[in-house]
Amino acid sequence: MKGEIKIMEWDFSIIPEYFTFFLPAAFMTIQVTFYGILIGVILGLLFSLMRISKYKILNYPAKFYIWLIRGTPLLLQIIFIYNGLVNIISLDKLPSAFIALGIHNGAYIAEIFRGSIQSVNRGQKEAGISLGMTQWQVMRRIILPQAFKSAVPPLSNQFIIALKDSSLASAAAVPELLLKAKQMASSNYRYMEMLTIAAIYYLIMTSILTFVANMIEKRLKVSDHRV
Amino acid sequence: MIKVDKLNKWYGKHHVLKNINLEVEPSEVLVIIGSSGSGKSTLLRCINFLEKAQKGTITIDGKVVTHGSRKLHLIRRDVGMVFQHFNLFPHMTIMNNVIEGLTQVKKVPKDEAIELGKQMLDKVGMLEKADTYPSMISGGQKQRVAIARALAMYPKIMLFDEPTSALDPELVGDVLEVMKKLANDGMTMMVVTHEMGFAREVADRVIYMDEGKIIEQGTPEEIFNNPKNDRTKEFLSRIL
Repeated sequence: MKGEIKIMEWDFSIIPEYFTFFLPAAFMTIQVTFYGILIGVILGLLFSLMRISKYKILNYPAKFYIWLIRGTPLLLQIIFIYNGLVNIISLDKLPSAFIALGIHNGAYIAEIFRGSIQSVNRGQKEAGISLGMTQWQVMRRIILPQAFKSAVPPLSNQFIIALKDSSLASAAAVPELLLKAKQMASSNYRYMEMLTIAAIYYLIMTSILTFVANMIEKRLKVSDHRV
Repeated sequence: MIKVDKLNKWYGKHHVLKNINLEVEPSEVLVIIGSSGSGKSTLLRCINFLEKAQKGTITIDGKVVTHGSRKLHLIRRDVGMVFQHFNLFPHMTIMNNVIEGLTQVKKVPKDEAIELGKQMLDKVGMLEKADTYPSMISGGQKQRVAIARALAMYPKIMLFDEPTSALDPELVGDVLEVMKKLANDGMTMMVVTHEMGFAREVADRVIYMDEGKIIEQGTPEEIFNNPKNDRTKEFLSRIL
């Protein structure tokens, strides 16, 4: 039967042989993820502050951005920005992937920051204000340090999602893990094995990220100075 | 020192402060009493502009302030506020709580601020806890630190919004003791409280508020021993 033949052809023993070929692609995945998160955090912080602003001129654009990004698929956003930026301002595929993932993550991170900023007790703001601090001083010195702490668990979750989502950059011809797996497979016809190698790399990276996130969370819990 | 002139505030349609007129003299200790919902906390919060009063003016040290005024933060540094729930900054040590306003608002150099901070913490008997975090001390201790934090700014007036209401009964005494000391040092104070013993002993003047209005005011003697208004009588008979 056809199915049985396929399973028999699935040869794990070739995995070690091909494993190191994927290293450059793994680094590319890390790079795409890193910049996607970096841009995402910067945009997220900016748009979360705009989103909670009482000024409509700041508030509305932030709402629009979050609505637009959360309401459309990431794959579409990547292809859209790739085609748009590559053709219009002749941007390279790699920066366009960074930007697409950054803009995408930014919308989700903005909502994470907004939630954690708003979860800080209102009395904290009042205490700062009544000392004579400006709104911005209160935000920077009192609210954000507390908000970052409570943002750690949802942020680390978002970072893991960002790592996996970086695979969609393959649609913009970025030579990351998934594209590498597909390319290798199309020349050696070892689809399952090549995809398995990519999966192993992803699992290693997400496991490390989860481990680090848990460590940070644990340390924050130890120094969780609640009033 | 502080003059409140025809202050009116609404929450939606609910009229919470009705034409409040009030003057506080330097070094005066003014205690505001009244049942919950009488507007006494709201009045205090309006003086510090934590709440918006829709009508009326507040004059602080000769400067007329309305809520539309620019640079409210410059006015607030002269008005110390102590909250019912302390509102210490949990991510800072006790010392950093106390010097935050000095270094950030008054731009006092850090070592100088720490010296001042030590004096303030000593004043409230919390110096030995300077390096711990707010989560590690009791409610009464937190409130004493909160008083030191407000005091460090050398405010012209201190506002106390039910400073002992969130405390276990056995911790109330220490906080009241610190407040008494402040009053004796000549600090101008407005205190919203349910501690009638404190009002009787420390207040220069007691104000009874009900339904957003000042019903009666006078010396503690007059208010507690010889209230004129029926509503004051009724209120005191319920709580004394």
